[in-house]
Amino acid sequence: MNSRRRVAKAWEMVWVHALVWLLVLFAVFPVLQVIGISLRPGDKLYSTKLELVPPHATLAAYRIMLTEKPFFHWLGNSLLVSLATALIGVALASLGGFALSRGRFRGRGGVLQGILMTQMFPATMLLLPLYLLMRKLHLVDTLGGVVIAYVATALPFCIWTMKGYYDTIPAALNEAALIDGCTPLSAFMRVTLPLSAPALVITALFSFMTGWSEFMVARVLLASQDLMTLPLGLESLFTTYQTEWANYAAGSLLVCIPVVALFLALNKFLISGLTLGSVKG
Amino acid sequence: MNGRRGLVLWFLLPSLLVLAGVVAYPFVFNLWISLTNWNMFHFQHPQFQGLGHFAKIARMIGEPFARPLSQWPAAFAGNEFYRIFGKTFAWTAVNLVFHFTLGLGAALLLNRKLPARGLYRALLILPWAMPQYISALTWRGMFNTEYGVINQLLAKVGAAPIPWFSSEFWAFMAPTITNIWLGFPFIMVIALGGLQSIPQELYEAARIDGAGPVRRFFHITLPMLKPVLLPALVLGTIWTFNNLNVIWLVTDQGLPADKTHILVTYVYKAAFFYYRYGYAAAFSVFIFLVLMFIVRGYDRVAKQEVY
Repeated sequence: MNSRRRVAKAWEMVWVHALVWLLVLFAVFPVLQVIGISLRPGDKLYSTKLELVPPHATLAAYRIMLTEKPFFHWLGNSLLVSLATALIGVALASLGGFALSRGRFRGRGGVLQGILMTQMFPATMLLLPLYLLMRKLHLVDTLGGVVIAYVATALPFCIWTMKGYYDTIPAALNEAALIDGCTPLSAFMRVTLPLSAPALVITALFSFMTGWSEFMVARVLLASQDLMTLPLGLESLFTTYQTEWANYAAGSLLVCIPVVALFLALNKFLISGLTLGSVKG
Repeated sequence: MNGRRGLVLWFLLPSLLVLAGVVAYPFVFNLWISLTNWNMFHFQHPQFQGLGHFAKIARMIGEPFARPLSQWPAAFAGNEFYRIFGKTFAWTAVNLVFHFTLGLGAALLLNRKLPARGLYRALLILPWAMPQYISALTWRGMFNTEYGVINQLLAKVGAAPIPWFSSEFWAFMAPTITNIWLGFPFIMVIALGGLQSIPQELYEAARIDGAGPVRRFFHITLPMLKPVLLPALVLGTIWTFNNLNVIWLVTDQGLPADKTHILVTYVYKAAFFYYRYGYAAAFSVFIFLVLMFIVRGYDRVAKQEVY
């Protein structure tokens, strides 16, 4: 009996691992592809070989990206835009989410619905009016204009996340601080906010990602070479005559590394902080 | 008390201002555009023309119904609007089914005691962490009929190459596979968070009562996950329905010959390639209404406030 159970247990481990590995393979395969392409020598870009590390592998594409292209300039712009988006996004969403979680005011349901509705309209159609508005405000071709647009893009999801997380924190904690003589603002800052660290991390991560990966808005609002962000810079490698595939792949990986590192570092928070709704145990 | 209530509203104000400026104002502006004849020929001075574009859309929708019943199947199949409409629903449904089965499956597997669980979890998050345009272009390269790795792998096992971008069916499958890859980690992460907050006692009690793994899943896991999965389903539906990037980039603007469009890519092409701004604006209002209707439907079915 005991040995039969052990055999069953072993079999279970085998198929669990098989399934996990299958999923991991699916997830990782395209990433390996990009790595492979980035290592190809310039004249062998259309190879029909399947090796992961191509013959005559070279790091030339990385050298070109880092030394001959204005990569660090793009990186600087992207960092500036993404960090500003994250900072403003966290500030606005943490406050707004709190109001929607704790406030009992007329129109609260309407605001929550309205925030969801912002996602339902095809975003690209908002680009043209947004461009005209930004032009009036002299924000076209400025990084500030892009930041404002990104904050608005990330905000609905971030407010939802924050609101969902606040809902899981007992309101009594905040009330106790108020009774102890805290002002509402300091009760929020000292009691509720520190308890919401996981959700704050998620909000920061999402806002940052929005700024880091967005392409369409940047393309419409930014015209100067000087202000190009990383996605625009990578796109500039697709020229009419030829596409610098190896450089593009190397650049892509360089763009991915910081966000992937961020995701992995914040992995733990990702699971505890993403409460779109709460399980009541 | 009144003061506190007021303060809470102040908390909300900055967010509302940003959303009003960047979303609500363009939305209203867009409504106005939809009532004008703004297109290539009236680019500088668009004129108000009323509900003309909406009437045109209504005619497109009504066209097959005007035919005799026996001709309906052919009429619906031949109608461009219904082809795109149907494809949008197929696209959304197939993606969501796979996002949820793969995402939930991965979460259930990773919720077990598994060596190197952290490593697997990190690797499975990769598709989410990569910027979307990079992933989409990478997949497009992998689907390349001649040099793409997928057809080469098929050749290795002796299978015929797949005409990814010349057949309507495969040109639909290519972005679908890409988007399934992109989207399942989000559901996995959400489900993992939900699974960890289900009290273990429930499972123990069920086990004592003799419930097998399948019953435990359908009677404990799924109902307990409902509050987290339902909002994810709503958001997923909206995001997938309106996903422009993946279809646009993977099929290179709708290959073959504009056959691979869903509603949003169709609108995008109408606006930014054919400069039919008025028409595209009206069409995007229609998309908005369809999504409102779907989300209302979820609300009804789930009997739970989604937002």
